[in-house]
Amino acid sequence: MSKSGFVHSFETLGALDGPGVRFVVFLQGCPLRCAYCHNPDTWKTGGEGAKVYAAEELVAKIKRYKPYFGKEGGVTLSGGEPLLQGDFCAALISLLKEENIHTAIDTSGTAFHKEAVDRADLIILDIKHTGPDEYKKLTGYSIAPAIEFLEYCKATQKPLWIRQVILPGITDGREYIKSLAEHIKGLNIKKIELLPYHTLGVHKYEKLGIPYKLKDMPTPKQEEVESLYNFLKTQM
Amino acid sequence: MKVAWTGFKGEKWKKEIDVRDFIQQNYKPYEKDGSFLVPPTERTIDINNKYIELAKKERENGGVLSIDTSVPSSILSYKPGYLDRENELIYGLQTEKPLERSVNPFGGLRLAQKACEAYGYTLDEKVLENFRYKTTHNDGVFSVYTPEMRKARSSGVITGLPDAYGRGRLIGDYRRVALYGIDFLVAKKQEDKLSLGKMDMDVENIRLLEELAKQIDFLQKLKEMAAGYGDDISHPARNSREAVQWLYYAYLGAIKEQNGAAMSLGRVSTFLDIYFQRDLEQGKITEEKVQELIDDFVIKLRMARQLRTPEYNELFAGDPTWVTESVGGMGEDGRTLVTKTSFRILHTLYNLGPAPEPNLTVLWSDRLPKAFKEFCAKVSIDTDSIQYENDDAMRPVYGDDYAIACCVSAAAVGKQMQYFGARCNIAKVLLMSLNGGVDEVSGDRVGPDFGAYEGDVLEYDVVMEKFKKYIAWVSKLYVNTMNIIHRMHDKYAYEKLQMALHDTHVKRFMSFGMAGLSVCVDSLSAIKYAKVKPIRDERGIITDFEVEGDFPKYGNDDERIDSIAVWLVEHFIGELKKTPTYRNAEHTLSILTITSNVVYGKKTGSTPDGRKKGEPFAPGANPMHGRDSEGALASLNSVAKIPYEACRDGISCTFSITPQTIGKTDEERIKNLVNILDGYFAQGAHHLNVNVLDRKTLIYAMENPGALPFLTIRVSGYAVNFNALSRSQQQEVISRTFHERL
Repeated sequence: MSKSGFVHSFETLGALDGPGVRFVVFLQGCPLRCAYCHNPDTWKTGGEGAKVYAAEELVAKIKRYKPYFGKEGGVTLSGGEPLLQGDFCAALISLLKEENIHTAIDTSGTAFHKEAVDRADLIILDIKHTGPDEYKKLTGYSIAPAIEFLEYCKATQKPLWIRQVILPGITDGREYIKSLAEHIKGLNIKKIELLPYHTLGVHKYEKLGIPYKLKDMPTPKQEEVESLYNFLKTQM
Repeated sequence: MKVAWTGFKGEKWKKEIDVRDFIQQNYKPYEKDGSFLVPPTERTIDINNKYIELAKKERENGGVLSIDTSVPSSILSYKPGYLDRENELIYGLQTEKPLERSVNPFGGLRLAQKACEAYGYTLDEKVLENFRYKTTHNDGVFSVYTPEMRKARSSGVITGLPDAYGRGRLIGDYRRVALYGIDFLVAKKQEDKLSLGKMDMDVENIRLLEELAKQIDFLQKLKEMAAGYGDDISHPARNSREAVQWLYYAYLGAIKEQNGAAMSLGRVSTFLDIYFQRDLEQGKITEEKVQELIDDFVIKLRMARQLRTPEYNELFAGDPTWVTESVGGMGEDGRTLVTKTSFRILHTLYNLGPAPEPNLTVLWSDRLPKAFKEFCAKVSIDTDSIQYENDDAMRPVYGDDYAIACCVSAAAVGKQMQYFGARCNIAKVLLMSLNGGVDEVSGDRVGPDFGAYEGDVLEYDVVMEKFKKYIAWVSKLYVNTMNIIHRMHDKYAYEKLQMALHDTHVKRFMSFGMAGLSVCVDSLSAIKYAKVKPIRDERGIITDFEVEGDFPKYGNDDERIDSIAVWLVEHFIGELKKTPTYRNAEHTLSILTITSNVVYGKKTGSTPDGRKKGEPFAPGANPMHGRDSEGALASLNSVAKIPYEACRDGISCTFSITPQTIGKTDEERIKNLVNILDGYFAQGAHHLNVNVLDRKTLIYAMENPGALPFLTIRVSGYAVNFNALSRSQQQEVISRTFHERL
């Protein structure tokens, strides 16, 4: 039976979310309310503001971009939280595999769908925070599902990209980086990205009438992020 | 001959003029990377600085350093000139002083006078006196133009016509002078003349014989010009320096003789590589010296100047000369045509700094060596100075020794030429068909009256029926106008030297153009998929539209509308082909605006897609700014659908992207850009300008003139120094879609 899902939008030239040139599908809906989220317009679940796509229809669209993927590129399912629509993700990934297209899921790990996770070539996992209280404060959600997700990836040795947004005063301390290293030990990590917090999504909040919580937070300097990255490597 | 050709293989090219055969028999493909390249020598840096100083003065002086108004420009009008006689390796300037412009009144006297006056000069009385008794190209054309042609021209439905300036876009095979020397070329032309003399003297034959006489005369004059610099080019080039120098003399002769809009160089790097390789193998030269020769040659090419009016600059911004050099590509036998000199010429963008000229054009093939692809991508990311064209699409049509003239026009070097024909404003044709042949801006009748649109809502089928009638009308008018222009250009401003460096019997193209493709197609889509109400002004002319509802827009890989774009180009070339051309030229079509998309927009009323009167069009085949909502590749996929088969004169697309968007590291950016180019061209797309830069950089440069003196960007089919654009052109470039992601 054909599966369909709620799609917020596309980025046909994604070069940042996974290896190579990628077609990024932003799926609608997310259980988290991360203070720094730059896609607040993808939060609402239930299909509001989204377009419905059947998996086959979406794959037909994606196939038009196959010439650009080369050896490394492919499709990244992002969001929102793509795994909220796990059945749809699993269906898409199966169809894309038939086309020999590389697939990645860009997730927070707060939703889980075994088939989708197992079938994807790569999981891009955004850690948010390692401490339960801080996690809750930052995202409005419990850390428990994310921990379970991490355990599953450890057990299955799923290939992962780990992402951590560097928020001044919250995730930019050496102590925090140490805890991050501890947190992700034993995983099959292909790449770690420390992403400096940026304010480029703030205008969307104004448009949506949602108060922005991190108003006065500065953007970390590139050198600081690099030095944190080097420190993290010594801790792994 | 024997000495000059020692060590070169092959026989065919020695008996008859066949540069391609010489290349095929002797070149050495290069598949490795650019690690052999060397930095500029002290000498090169000094010479380059001398040029940069002069170019700076030129800009401070309002765009023109000085003008020699005493004589009309031709090959022998001036004594030899030098940039730095003691130190330069390649000699030759257009006039006696570097960057001094010459006056070329053969295209039109009035225009030449106006150009002088615009920069505070007066054309010498002797020159005026001389031309009082001469018919110029411009005189010839206007003596024959019909009232309808004049109206179409001034309303802007057909504009930019080369009826008052040199048509350009034909490339002499300048390599022939290096390979054969002048005497051999003259002997061959004389043989042709004798055999034509045996045929019946009909108009065609007499015309060709007269042209041959002019060609021979100018080959001799070229020899004399070179002798002024102490070089005897009657014989072939014997070594690396002579090969570059002989070739440059030929090009220099052409730009002295002709003020063509685009005076392109051809495809010379791999040809020159054969000479470099021979000298390197014999230990006669070092890599450093080879790069010096190329650097010096490129400095000279960067110094090419023509005198133009400020109005001309509005159409073709930034004082371009289109010294287009085609680099790379694949051979018909499957070997790559990339050589070390393909790298060396791109490397000049590092050694001498980024610059718009020569217009370096990479002929892209899926099968190009990986290292070369990556090198090109790196150069694009670092300099924004090169463009890409699809060798896999062009090679089957033109063979493997073609070159690009101007921006996107391919032709086999020395065997094919084109009659350049500016463009038709197709969006304006659509508006004119709604107003029954009346210009929506001036209110004047321009076309025949097939009846204005009557209803309150635009019905797609009714509009299309009218539109087709007006396309048929404008196509016929356009071809006939071009026929007059090129007959008169051949007669009064014939390219004697450039044609001397062609075969006597050439294949001709007549190259028509279309502007406003995306505006027109989006308008048709609005009419088809949304509700469009025409708004009539007090004159009863439809001057605005009210659009209810959304509609698919070109640039989103959406078949519902992209199919309209495909239909439009195929229909238009089909209509053009119904009217025969002068000298049986083959009709071709380009989707290219250069920077005239701004001027075309100014001359066009509001359109049903929501664009308001006077607003710029998108350049070339680009989607309209801000209407592509699914990212850069969706936009490229739409453009890739425009069939090259219907648009054999090229389909231009400009792609601007921020560095952060295509990857996090340099290595990633290079790899991703290669994949983008591979993916785009694999779909049969024709051309891509690549800019990798931030909009912020452009805004900074606009607000702080002179702060970034070498900022070069690609626009439609060529590159410009951003500082040389007018403010409104700068703003237009900044407002274009920059693909970026959070």
